[in-house]
Amino acid sequence: MSEFRMPSLGADMAAGTLLEWLKQPGDRVARGDLIAEVDTDKGVIQVEAFTTGTLERILVEPGQKVPVGTVMALIRDDAVTAPAAAPPGAGPPAAGPLPQRVSPLARRRAQELGVDLASIQGTGAEGAVTVADVERLARGAIMPTATPAVDDSAARMRGAIGAAMARSKREIPHYYLSNTIDLGPAMAWLAEQNQSRPVADRLVAAALLLKSVALALRDFPELNAWWVNDRAVRQPSINLGVAVSLRQGGLIVPALEAADQASVDELMRRLTDLVARAKGGALRASELASGTLTVTSLGDRGVDIVLGVIYPPQVALVGFGRIAERPWVVQGAVLPRPVVSVSLSADHRVTDGHRGALFLDRIDQLLREPGAL
Amino acid sequence: MKATYREAVRMGLRNALLSDPRVFLMGEDVGRYGGSYAASRGLLEEFGPERIRDTPLSESAFVGAGIGAAMGGMRPIVEVMTVNFSLLALDQIVNNAATLRHMSGGQLAVPLTVRMATGAGRQLAAQHSHSLEGWYAHIPGITVVAPATHNDARDMLGLALKEPDPVFIFEHLMLYPQDGELDETGAPMPLRQACVRRTGTDVSVITYGGSLGKALAAAERLAAEGVSAEVLDLRCLRPLDTEAILGSVRRTHRAVIVDEGWRSGSLAAEITARIMEGAFYELDAPVERVCSAEVPIPYPKHLEDAALPQTATIVEAVRRVLPKGAG
Repeated sequence: MSEFRMPSLGADMAAGTLLEWLKQPGDRVARGDLIAEVDTDKGVIQVEAFTTGTLERILVEPGQKVPVGTVMALIRDDAVTAPAAAPPGAGPPAAGPLPQRVSPLARRRAQELGVDLASIQGTGAEGAVTVADVERLARGAIMPTATPAVDDSAARMRGAIGAAMARSKREIPHYYLSNTIDLGPAMAWLAEQNQSRPVADRLVAAALLLKSVALALRDFPELNAWWVNDRAVRQPSINLGVAVSLRQGGLIVPALEAADQASVDELMRRLTDLVARAKGGALRASELASGTLTVTSLGDRGVDIVLGVIYPPQVALVGFGRIAERPWVVQGAVLPRPVVSVSLSADHRVTDGHRGALFLDRIDQLLREPGAL
Repeated sequence: MKATYREAVRMGLRNALLSDPRVFLMGEDVGRYGGSYAASRGLLEEFGPERIRDTPLSESAFVGAGIGAAMGGMRPIVEVMTVNFSLLALDQIVNNAATLRHMSGGQLAVPLTVRMATGAGRQLAAQHSHSLEGWYAHIPGITVVAPATHNDARDMLGLALKEPDPVFIFEHLMLYPQDGELDETGAPMPLRQACVRRTGTDVSVITYGGSLGKALAAAERLAAEGVSAEVLDLRCLRPLDTEAILGSVRRTHRAVIVDEGWRSGSLAAEITARIMEGAFYELDAPVERVCSAEVPIPYPKHLEDAALPQTATIVEAVRRVLPKGAG
């Protein structure tokens, strides 16, 4: 039997409200199937199953708000042939004003993983923090710290962003670097490509920029990492978090998973889809928690340079400014060239400015040969 | 091979009597009556009154005689009808059997085996229903075992008779009529080794003797709820197989101890202490104990049932140590 739990998304999230079950008891569920819709501080998201089997029992009813980690349903794995179980009468855990309890094992693990116990809401007996609570958070999700006690969802999101960013600025020694890149070859290549494409298949510069960052990260794996257990843990997949501003205010950072392996065309399709779903509130939980480096761009708002705040547990963030024609000196002559500023915000515990500078230079090199991206 | 637990005990007795001429059985009603729990039925006819000896109703006398015979080179098996009556022989057991090797500087040995029934569940009232094996497990100088399975009921006796010092075998009275399967090929498991009767990952249910069946039933019920309970049969109560206990807790990080003795000063208390000493930083929840209610075991059926560990109370205890929402 597998447990389907209220996910902890890559945001400071203490609880979520179950809105709707997309599957019913008895339904077949495959790994990756969307089975529930959940309202979180970051808006409505759809949560997928991580096992294949049969939805055995639903433990949380629509409308119920439960802490992160609460078991919401049981999925009978295919391998198990046990008969249907009697209802255990497990209700949602009552949030009591008790002082925090931590099991000895959880305390030991928290120390090993560098997890801040104070910010964890326990799911064990009498609300105790168990080792599972600690490990769930250490797996990359951000600590659910207290969020403002307001019902308004925009204010809740504000609170979540605030908590994550405050933690980032409190704990991460940021350093910032910025380059200006000549996008002449890239823009020319794009224009040429788009000329022969139907409108629906046209590419935008963002796809090239994202691909260049993803490929550059292959050569700088120390930037594609999570800070856990008081050290940087390099991530096996390059998942670019894309900061998407929402109409109602706030922002959300879903990830383009394994972005380095996608073609520019595929990346473009996925980006369009991701942005549409982010604005429509139809993101998957895994997309919100899997980012390994965030890319933010405020170029379409006219900004020259973005110096972003790192999104924990990531250790770096790349910002792109506006692509604009500027006077550019080439071999003694001043020419108009489309240029963009690219910035790196990085965690000084993990890398130094020297590596960061080489990383930005690598992005520059890659963008000079857009056909190879 | 199918057999009842009492038949398994009888096989153990026969094997012992057949394999070593120094072995003899004595106790109240073990001969003509065949034993209060019919464990020795037919043995008088097969082995004769020299080796199957009925004794007067004096526990102190016949346990003392067993100690003397053991010191003299025999390998006596003494049956005491129930642990409740063994209290009359406590002086012989604690002050003689357990001490003579040590007080004689190793010159004397007492290779004595004592069997007795223990436990409740048959409406035999307070004077016949107590589980005092935990008291015996307190005493250095003796070995205390509790065969919970048919194989152990047959095999532990033979192993006990090979020991150089006294061994006490506690047979839970509810087990005698139970049917079971006997392994006829494998070698007996060592006497002092605990045994995982069911593997699991979420919680260790640590028990022995008459509670093993209830613990396994609880584990089965929990499995249907998605909870994976490991069931550890202690088998030997003195010395405890501490490494097996700690090993299981290190795997599951949660423990529920099921012990039909009373909670205060119990075996369960000792095991809890050892877990705390040896695996504190492995614990993800407080240790739970399921013990008998602290009353003389009542006679009425509903009260007797309520006083003892039961499958349902074990299941509840397991749920208490699991994270909320699990199972």
